[in-house]
Amino acid sequence: MKIKFEKKSTKPSKMSIFISSLISVLIALIFLGFIILSLGDDPFEAYWQLVSWAMGTVPGLIQSLVSMMPLLFTSLGVLIAFKMKLWNIGAEGQFQMGAFAATWGALYLFPNIHNPWVMIPLLMILGAAFGAFWGFLPGIMRAYLGVNEILSTLMLNYVAIYWVNYLTYGPWKGAGSYNFPITAKFPQSAILPQYGSGGLNFGIIISIIMAFFVLYLVKYTKFGFHLEIAGDNLRAGEYAGINVKKLIILAMVIGGAISGIGGMAEMSGVLFRLQPNFSPGYGYTAVIIAWLARLDPIATIVVSFFFGALLVGSQQLQLFMQIPSSLINAFNGILLFSLLASEVFMRYRIRVVRS
Amino acid sequence: MKGKILLAILLAGIFTLSLASPLKIAFIFVGPINDNGWTQAHYDGGVLAIQKAFGNQVQIKYIENVPEGSQSLSVLRALASQGYKLIYATSFGYMDQVIEAAKEFPNTIFEMCSGYATSTNLGEYFGAMEQARYLSGLIAGAMTKTNKIGYVAAYPTPEVVRGIDAFTLGVRSVNPYATVHVVWTYTWYDPPTEKEAALSLINAGCDVLAQHQDSPATIQAAEEKGVYAIGYDSPNMGQFGPHAYLTAPVWNWAAFYVPNVKSVLDGTWKPTFYYGNMADGLVELAPMSNLVPPQVQKLVNAMENEIKSGNFDPFEGPIYDQSGKLMIPAGQRATLDQLLSIQWFVQGVIGSIKK
Repeated sequence: MKIKFEKKSTKPSKMSIFISSLISVLIALIFLGFIILSLGDDPFEAYWQLVSWAMGTVPGLIQSLVSMMPLLFTSLGVLIAFKMKLWNIGAEGQFQMGAFAATWGALYLFPNIHNPWVMIPLLMILGAAFGAFWGFLPGIMRAYLGVNEILSTLMLNYVAIYWVNYLTYGPWKGAGSYNFPITAKFPQSAILPQYGSGGLNFGIIISIIMAFFVLYLVKYTKFGFHLEIAGDNLRAGEYAGINVKKLIILAMVIGGAISGIGGMAEMSGVLFRLQPNFSPGYGYTAVIIAWLARLDPIATIVVSFFFGALLVGSQQLQLFMQIPSSLINAFNGILLFSLLASEVFMRYRIRVVRS
Repeated sequence: MKGKILLAILLAGIFTLSLASPLKIAFIFVGPINDNGWTQAHYDGGVLAIQKAFGNQVQIKYIENVPEGSQSLSVLRALASQGYKLIYATSFGYMDQVIEAAKEFPNTIFEMCSGYATSTNLGEYFGAMEQARYLSGLIAGAMTKTNKIGYVAAYPTPEVVRGIDAFTLGVRSVNPYATVHVVWTYTWYDPPTEKEAALSLINAGCDVLAQHQDSPATIQAAEEKGVYAIGYDSPNMGQFGPHAYLTAPVWNWAAFYVPNVKSVLDGTWKPTFYYGNMADGLVELAPMSNLVPPQVQKLVNAMENEIKSGNFDPFEGPIYDQSGKLMIPAGQRATLDQLLSIQWFVQGVIGSIKK
C-alpha cells in the first residue's frame, strides 16, 4: 500500500482557504487547551484570560496595537518574498538592522538636526536602507550562487543580533547610564508623535499605510504580477521573459526595507533607545502571520493585531494563572504546522494506492 | 489648614482601607524561578520569604520569563492597573519601562533591581557582591597550583567587571603571582556556551574557576576535568560538582525584601538607592566545602569579620589598573558611583573590556 499525493487541477477557493485557516487556529487552540489541562489548569479560563484584557479593555487594546506594529511591519516584509516562494525568514535580522540604523542616525549621524520633519524621514530612509541591505545579501547569494535563502537569512539574523549586542555592550554604551548596555535616549526630534501615555504612536499608522502600499505593490504593479507568476512556477516565469535573478533580489530588498522601517518605528515610536533583547522574536512570528493571512496584505493587518493581542494576552495568562508565557511559542508552532498541513490538503488530493 | 485636615482624613481613610485588604505585591522575573541562579535567588528571598514573614497581610503574584524591552511595559501596566501596589522588577533591562510605568501610576510603588534611576515612587536595590567576590578570591588564590585562575563572565557590564576586580584583588592579596583569565560568553544563561568557556580555561592551564553566570555549567566542567570551581547566585550550585565546588558568593535577597515590604506596610517607605552588603546579610559567602583547607577557611572567616565591621573594604587604595595607572589612591575607598560605573580591570586580570 502506498500513499500518493496528486496535485489538484483547480486552485482552492477563497472560502476553503478561509475555513482551513480557521480550522488551523482551532486545532492550535485545542492543543493549547490540552497542554494547559496537563498543567492542571482550566483551559477555558485560559482562553478567557488570553482575550479578555487584550481585546476587551481600552488599555489592553492599546497594548495590542503597540505589539501589532513590529509584527505588521515584519510580516509585510516576509510576505513579498513568500509571494514568489522565496523563504525569507530574515525579518528578525532586518528589523534589528533597521533599529540599529535608526539609532545610529538619531544619536551619532545627525546630532545637529533638531527638526523632526527632517529627522524622522532621514531615520526612516536609513532604517529602510540597512534592512534592505540585510535582504540584499541573501538575495544576491540566492540569485547568482544558488545559496539557499532559508539558511542565509536565518544566519544573518544572528549576525544582526550580535551586532546590536556588540554595539550596546561596547562602543554605544550610553553616556550617563553607569556603563549599562543601553544607548543614550533618542533626542526629541527623533521620536515619533505619541498619543496619550499608553504607547500609541504614529508608527502604528505608518504600519497600516505600509500594508496598503504592499497591497498596491503586489496587486497593481508589474513587479507584483511578476512575483505571482514566478511564485506559481519559477521556470515558467523565466520563459515568460521575467528576469528572475533581478526579481529575487528586488523581492528580498523591498521586504528587507519594510522590516527595517519596522525596526526604526520600534525605536522612534516605542523604545527610544537601543538595548539588547529588545525584540522577543517579532521577525519569527511574522512568518506565521504572513501564512495565516495567506499572503494578503490587508488580512495581514488583522492577523498581526490578533498576534499582538495574543502576545499581550499570554502575559495575562502568566499573571492570573501562572502559566508560562512561553506556551504561546508552542501555540505558534502548532499553528504554523497545521497551516502548512492544510496547505498540502488543499492543493493535493491524497490517494491510497494498492500495489 | 482645612486642606491639611482633609488630607489627614483622606490619608487615614486610605490607611484603614489598606489595613482591611492585603497589600498586593508583584514580581517580574527575567528567567524561570527554578534556574538555580539569579531568578531563583529572588524567588526564594522574595516571594517565599515575604509570604513567610507577612502571611495574609500580603498577596503575592510573580511572573516568570518576562522579556526585556517594550513587552515588559505592558506587564507592568497590567499589574499596576489591577491594583498591585508594590511591584519588584528584577532585571536591569526593564529600567526604561519601570520609569515609564512609575510615571503613569504614581500611587504604585516600584522597586527595581540593579538599575540606577529613582523617582518619588521608584526605588532601586542592589548589593555589594564585590565583598563576597573578594573573599572567594582569597580561596582561589590560596588553592591554585598553576597560578592561573579562570573566570567565566557574562557581559562586560559594571556589575560583572566589579566582581572580577574584587575577586582578583582577593586572589592577589594572598598570591601576588597568580593571574585571573577572563572569558566572555555574552550570555547570562546558556549552559553549553558556559561549559565551552570553562573547558577552554581549563585547557589553558587554569586550575580554579570562578564565574559570573546563572547556570552551574562551569562547576560541571570543573568536576569533569578535576579542577576546583566557585559558584555564584545560589548555594544549590554545589550539588553539581562535589569534587570541584569550593564555595559561592550568593545573594540573600530576603535581607532586602522583608524590611522593604514592612516599610510599605507601615507607610514609612521612601524611594532610596539601597546598596546592601555582607553586614546587612544581603550578600553572603556560601558555606565553604571540605575541599577548602582549614587554615584558608580561618583566613576567610577573619576577613569576613573585617569586612562586616567596616574595617576593611576590597576597593581600598592603592589600586592600579592593568596598565599600572593608579586608580584609587592609598587610604581612599572607591565611591559608590565609581563602583556602579566601573569599566577597568585591576592588575592581575588577563582580559579586556571593549571600549
